[in-house]
Amino acid sequence: MSAAAQSPGTARFCLVLLRRQLTLAVRRPIEIGNPLLFFAMVVALFPLGLGPAPDQLAGFAPGILWIIALLSNLLTSDTVFRSDFEDGSLEQLLLAPQPLFLSVLAYIGAHWLLTGLLLALVSPLFALMLNLPAPALGALVASLLLGTAVLSLVGGIGAALTVGLKRGGVLITLLILPFYMPVLIFGSAAVRNAALGIPATPYLAIIGAMLCLAVALAPLAIAAGLRISVDA
Amino acid sequence: MPGGPGDPLLAVYDLCLERGGRELFRDLAFAVMPGQLLQVDGPNGAGKTSLLRILAGLSRYGFTGRVERSTPPLYLGHQPAVKALLTPRENLAWHVAGEAAYDNPQIEDALARVGLYGYEDVPSHALSAGQHRRVNLARLYLSARPLWLLDEPFTAIDRGGVAELEALLVAHVERGGAVVMTSHQLLRVDYRVQMLSLTEGLLA
Repeated sequence: MSAAAQSPGTARFCLVLLRRQLTLAVRRPIEIGNPLLFFAMVVALFPLGLGPAPDQLAGFAPGILWIIALLSNLLTSDTVFRSDFEDGSLEQLLLAPQPLFLSVLAYIGAHWLLTGLLLALVSPLFALMLNLPAPALGALVASLLLGTAVLSLVGGIGAALTVGLKRGGVLITLLILPFYMPVLIFGSAAVRNAALGIPATPYLAIIGAMLCLAVALAPLAIAAGLRISVDA
Repeated sequence: MPGGPGDPLLAVYDLCLERGGRELFRDLAFAVMPGQLLQVDGPNGAGKTSLLRILAGLSRYGFTGRVERSTPPLYLGHQPAVKALLTPRENLAWHVAGEAAYDNPQIEDALARVGLYGYEDVPSHALSAGQHRRVNLARLYLSARPLWLLDEPFTAIDRGGVAELEALLVAHVERGGAVVMTSHQLLRVDYRVQMLSLTEGLLA
């Protein structure tokens, strides 16, 4: 038996969780690649469906890019807690002495790093495929960085509530899609304005405010949802 | 360790549980003292797992009564909480229970004790179901918590492993810890095992 070892501090525990989630994801690279592949495929389909006129595509590009980002986030948000629920790790997480609020934030943080961050980083490439004007690229990346973080946090609430269900896919969509809409509206507006040469900062500021609200409140809802799902 | 030597690690008052319209137990009351080895007895579906989850604090609704814990318990449930994509070493070092930061020699020692010497860095999906459970049982060697709540710890464990686990349980209670466990097999130990009946409470 070991000597009475102290529980690791909250910050250290969160870093351990983050590292654990990232390692798990890296060992299953297909899960990281899927959302990006989805993004690439759908972007490639739009010129075929809308017609390849560059001006027309450029007009639609902000909305198209943001809708696809939202859908690819929706595709992955279901998986945040699922495997941990199935193998019993989630029970152990709920019993951990560290505050669940921050542990949950580490899970969501890992999810965002693997979906939102990567998507935002490669989005300029897809934006060029849709002929988005170059000045709007900065706004696109910035709005995706902020916006996908909100999406991951809100999606986490749906994931926590539906993790105990065998088929939570449709339910999670119905639950969280309404909360995704403000992000979509302001995110695509930021890119559209930047493309027209109007400053995008007011829209980015609003998404930033949403992010602050989501960081403060979503982990509470996620933690409560996980407790209910494990209890049932 | 909170609480003096004479205080119970866990006390249960007037616990009643109903599931699916059936009353599983009623007015259950008992206390777990240091040095106690308690086996919960009952047929399948009697509510043994439900009781353990209530004791651990995982179930917070759907029952009436009161559970007082003077110390956070170590709970090992039905599922091993072992990630197939991580090695046994990583599974223990990054365990989500957040109990303590273990160093490598401690983890190697614990894995060796559960018979997984040489398997420390093998991906867990290459291990058998019994070995998964052994990775989880290695937490018993690492943990410093006095109260253990074990749900069917002998599942998928071979005969030699069962004997070692029985010895570990006895060593733990002799050190002043306490164990509450469910199992269908009788413990073959040289120690007083108290049986807890879900209908009649603690049996002498």
